[in-house]
Amino acid sequence: MNSEDKTLVEIIDENKQIDLAKYINYVSAPQAGAIATFSGTTRDTFEGKTVVELRYEAYVPMAIRNLKSICSSARSSWDLHSIAVAHRVGSVPVGEISVFVAVSATHRADALDACKFLIAELKASVPIWKKEVYSNGEVWKENTEFLERRFKHGKDGSCCRRKIKTEARDIKGCCKPKVKEEDAADISTS
Amino acid sequence: MKTKEDNLPAVQSVVKDGSFVQIKVLFFAKARDITGLTELSMEVSSGSTTQDCLNKLVAKFPNLDEIRQCIVLALNEEYTTESAVVKDKDELAIIPPISGG
Repeated sequence: MNSEDKTLVEIIDENKQIDLAKYINYVSAPQAGAIATFSGTTRDTFEGKTVVELRYEAYVPMAIRNLKSICSSARSSWDLHSIAVAHRVGSVPVGEISVFVAVSATHRADALDACKFLIAELKASVPIWKKEVYSNGEVWKENTEFLERRFKHGKDGSCCRRKIKTEARDIKGCCKPKVKEEDAADISTS
Repeated sequence: MKTKEDNLPAVQSVVKDGSFVQIKVLFFAKARDITGLTELSMEVSSGSTTQDCLNKLVAKFPNLDEIRQCIVLALNEEYTTESAVVKDKDELAIIPPISGG
């Protein structure tokens, strides 16, 4: 293992915004010609419903452990210099960033591919949850990446029997989330 | 010989003398909504599996049954299976489908 390997994983306390510059600075290095980043932001609609905010919670010690493990996996697949991953907990209003990934490498292919891998793996396996809050209800979200992968997890064959399709829109979710809302008009987004 | 101070993971003995182990159960997201708790302490017989623990939880909180097929379990901060045996002072987390990012 390279003694210069730098990996930073942070779960950010409630009501604090992610300091992007901090993480970009962290991964920057004279020998790293490429820095790839991903930021996930709360968007204002989901399937025609107006989103007020997202509320995140995390199993913090396991999430950190898990993220570090994912970073190790990334290092074994790509030639990377530094990695930083930050995820907020608490309320994240529309337009704000909830998750940020920064990766540096000598060459851009490694940085870009690793960045994509890191966010995909985070969404598939890190114990963090978000509740989507609408003006007239709220629902716990379920990542399709997690649901698809559950069939491969060791679950002693007692996993959910619901048929999972790869099309994101078709996956109704394992727990069939109940949205407490009045009969809003079925407005579809363009 | 049952020790409480040094929990040696390598030593697994199924004791049939009626002894118990104490574990901590953590509830997240929808599981917490259902139970109304973030955590609880639970006593189970020595040699119990995570599935035994889950059965006991569903018996105590019947509404957990509605998400039972969807959850995964973690033991001491690592994903586990329902056949894993719990030890004294283990931490069992009830993990509904995740949605980070």
